[in-house]
Amino acid sequence: MSTQKGATVIVVGGGVSGLSAAWWLARSGVDVLVLDKGIVGWEASGRNGGGASHFQSPLFAEEQRLWPMMDEMLGYSTEYQRGKLVLATTEGQLKHYRYMAETFCENGSPAHEIDQQEIRERVPMSDDNILGGVHLTIAGQANPQRTVQAYAWALQDLGGRIQQHTAVLRLVSEGGKVIGVETKDGILGCDSVVVAAGPQSAILLAGVGIDLPIASARAEMIVTEPAPMMAIGAVDGNGLYGRQTKRGNLAYGGGPHEWLDVGLMGPSVRPGSPLVRNLTKRLLGLFSKAGNLRVIRSWAGVIENTPDGRPVIDRIGNVTMITMSSVGFGLSPASGHAVRDLVMDGKCSFADLELLKLGRFDGLSPNWRAEKGWLSHAEPV
Amino acid sequence: MTDVKLVDRYSITNRFPSASQKADVVVIGAGPSGVAAAIAAAKGGASVLLVDENPVSASLMSLDTPLYFGGRMTRAVDNKARMIEQIFASDRLLEAAFEAGVELALGVYAWGAFQNGPGIAAMPEAAVGLADEERSWMVAYRQLILATGSRDLSLSFQGWDQPGVMGANGLHALIKRYDAFAGSEVLILGSGDLALNTALMVVEAGLKVAALIEVRNQVQGDAALAAKVRGHGIEILTGHVIVSASGGADGVECATVVPVAAGDSRTFTCDTICQAIGLVPAIELFNVLGGKLSVRTDLGGHVPQRTGLVSTGLANVLVAGDCAGLSNVDAAAHGEAAAALALAALAGQPLADEAPAAATSLDAHAYHADWMSALMKVGDASIVVCQCEEVTRGDLTAVRQPRYLGPPSEVAAKRDIKSLAADGPLNQDQFKRLTRACMGQCQARRCREQVALILAQSSNVPVAEVPLAGYRAPVRPLPMSVLAAHDEPYDMTSNWDVWFGIASQWVPYNDIGTEREAMHLEMLTDSQHI
Repeated sequence: MSTQKGATVIVVGGGVSGLSAAWWLARSGVDVLVLDKGIVGWEASGRNGGGASHFQSPLFAEEQRLWPMMDEMLGYSTEYQRGKLVLATTEGQLKHYRYMAETFCENGSPAHEIDQQEIRERVPMSDDNILGGVHLTIAGQANPQRTVQAYAWALQDLGGRIQQHTAVLRLVSEGGKVIGVETKDGILGCDSVVVAAGPQSAILLAGVGIDLPIASARAEMIVTEPAPMMAIGAVDGNGLYGRQTKRGNLAYGGGPHEWLDVGLMGPSVRPGSPLVRNLTKRLLGLFSKAGNLRVIRSWAGVIENTPDGRPVIDRIGNVTMITMSSVGFGLSPASGHAVRDLVMDGKCSFADLELLKLGRFDGLSPNWRAEKGWLSHAEPV
Repeated sequence: MTDVKLVDRYSITNRFPSASQKADVVVIGAGPSGVAAAIAAAKGGASVLLVDENPVSASLMSLDTPLYFGGRMTRAVDNKARMIEQIFASDRLLEAAFEAGVELALGVYAWGAFQNGPGIAAMPEAAVGLADEERSWMVAYRQLILATGSRDLSLSFQGWDQPGVMGANGLHALIKRYDAFAGSEVLILGSGDLALNTALMVVEAGLKVAALIEVRNQVQGDAALAAKVRGHGIEILTGHVIVSASGGADGVECATVVPVAAGDSRTFTCDTICQAIGLVPAIELFNVLGGKLSVRTDLGGHVPQRTGLVSTGLANVLVAGDCAGLSNVDAAAHGEAAAALALAALAGQPLADEAPAAATSLDAHAYHADWMSALMKVGDASIVVCQCEEVTRGDLTAVRQPRYLGPPSEVAAKRDIKSLAADGPLNQDQFKRLTRACMGQCQARRCREQVALILAQSSNVPVAEVPLAGYRAPVRPLPMSVLAAHDEPYDMTSNWDVWFGIASQWVPYNDIGTEREAMHLEMLTDSQHI
């Protein structure tokens, strides 16, 4: 098998993290090639709630700085909108959402409690069952499907390349350094590689002796027909995450997930379940006056988590790896910037990522998934 | 090993309750094959639930769901009691099923079907999701027979998005099943057996057929049937295609047709235009179950991949009648074959299925494509394809962003179907995401097939190569108040988390490893969402 011309940097995985990283690299003039086993953004990157409100992340400030500029920077619409309301139907939820707002404030982002009167005005579909809520003024939402395509097209506009339907079968190393990636068409050479392959990252990295502990799971969402537009569309709470889209549809998820074993080409299927009924129950609780609004679709996506639920953004030799541990879409403008910095400068220029290094899992029990109850009970996909 | 926590409490494992209703055999669809299957299974000693959505609520009918009714219903459809009587009157077999001990669920929608398999082990038992106008519930089955029939194929032309344009199945339902058709003069598109039988049905109902319009140069259906139609003085105009329908507030008043080659147009007075070009096997539930599909143009398009006459690769799921593929197989015999297999499986002595029926001479894709290309030739890019989302033919080929986003940027305007095709084979779901075609509340019933045809023609690939835009539960658009799990058990409620329930995930970065971390973990641990 011969080594063909690849690129200076090959990005494995055309999800939102890989695409953003490639776009940032292309902005710096790097010759970059993204390989994806299917179509860009086809997995969790295009199937999530579209939230962009991640106060817990060291990338939060950069996330919030970039989102309002993304349409212009990319040249394509992401449907980004600012602001978020979180509504509670129980005292337990209200306590939790107050804590969330306080934590936002402590992390430099204005947030405040809103009363029932304000909620009635801002969310006409809600009813008296809403006990209260919080308004996060710096937070937002975007359309995941439009955003992933925007990254892909913007990358191409800068001269970056994307090869879809080209799964990476393994990383090829020589003398302790990755020199290329193997695909069905042969080996494509590169100076360095970015592994952003979601559930497949662990399989690919294991081949070069890097142990990335992740477990994959299926999560589900529902969407309604268009509802009357709310001034702030990112209204969630009541155990759900989600948003009103610019078209007016209510797209929401939450609740139990199913742990899965996902192969190198997977997931082969993404089954739904009767959970649509439980999601609908909560959505109805949030917008009690919209009982006649029809649920028109549901879907599932497969995402990976690390043992502590925090990202791994790290570089070992010429391998840069990124898993956002199931919270990647909203942070993608910033995470791509961080990966670009790691690849080019070995260090993130705008945030401390020390605690997101892979080394924190040294000594992890080999049975960690079983010990957490994160094993799959289903046939692999 | 003693302190190993085996099950993640926030996962779906063990969370679903048992279904509130159970039957040995659940049959979905009370057409000829479904009723035959239900009666045979009940006579064989099984407990049988036969589910049929008719009479469909008037509000769903106005969404062209499940059939393409085209707004040509009389007010009679608002009266559910009268509609149920009408259905019993129109189908004597339902009474026979009732007498055989079949439990009938009429006016009940089957919106989903779920069983364990790759990627899912959460189901306590295989079950279908049902709903009436008030609530939804689950019914467990040991054997599931899908006899869901077919849907209407619909294609676009100028003025098709107004009341009076409808499908052959929709018209059949309004005339024969509901006795609630509001039209009086019907122009029929197509000349296959479907179109010819539709014409005879209209005449028999005492209504008028304006003409049959056939895009090809020959009549497509049975010669004897065609002679019978002509015997009623009805013209079958071959080599012609519809250009436009015009009308007023109540919809269609006339239609204009032109020769496909060239020549003078003709205008027909009509209040209804019935698209009888083709039907589409109703595979929604099979697709939701994760069953493998094949593209069989001789069977009408995407159909369940079968391992025999009625068996599929899915355990305990059988398909009978038109939903298995359009063919000339006797529908009742199909249903009875499915019942025999189901009974044998219930008895623990599985039967070998018969061989699948031989391929028919139907070439649905070629025929649909002939219609679509003629319609594209005589109509322009401004014609709406997706009525719910107002996506035009031109929007599709330009991969144009939806109008609510305003005009596309300069770079976005340069993107089109060719730039997507350059990156790999076209995928209808990708167009759906970018243009919103097929995203609306009719659940793509009116545009799924024609979007695939337009993508195929615009990029010069056979339509069989355009992947199916997948069906998703709920396969009927159901109000939130109906679909909601009002019966959710406390166990589901008390273990519900908005995401994975991993407390450490949400500790602010700056507090990780500090004394404040414990405070966060305490706030974040245990469900906050009861």
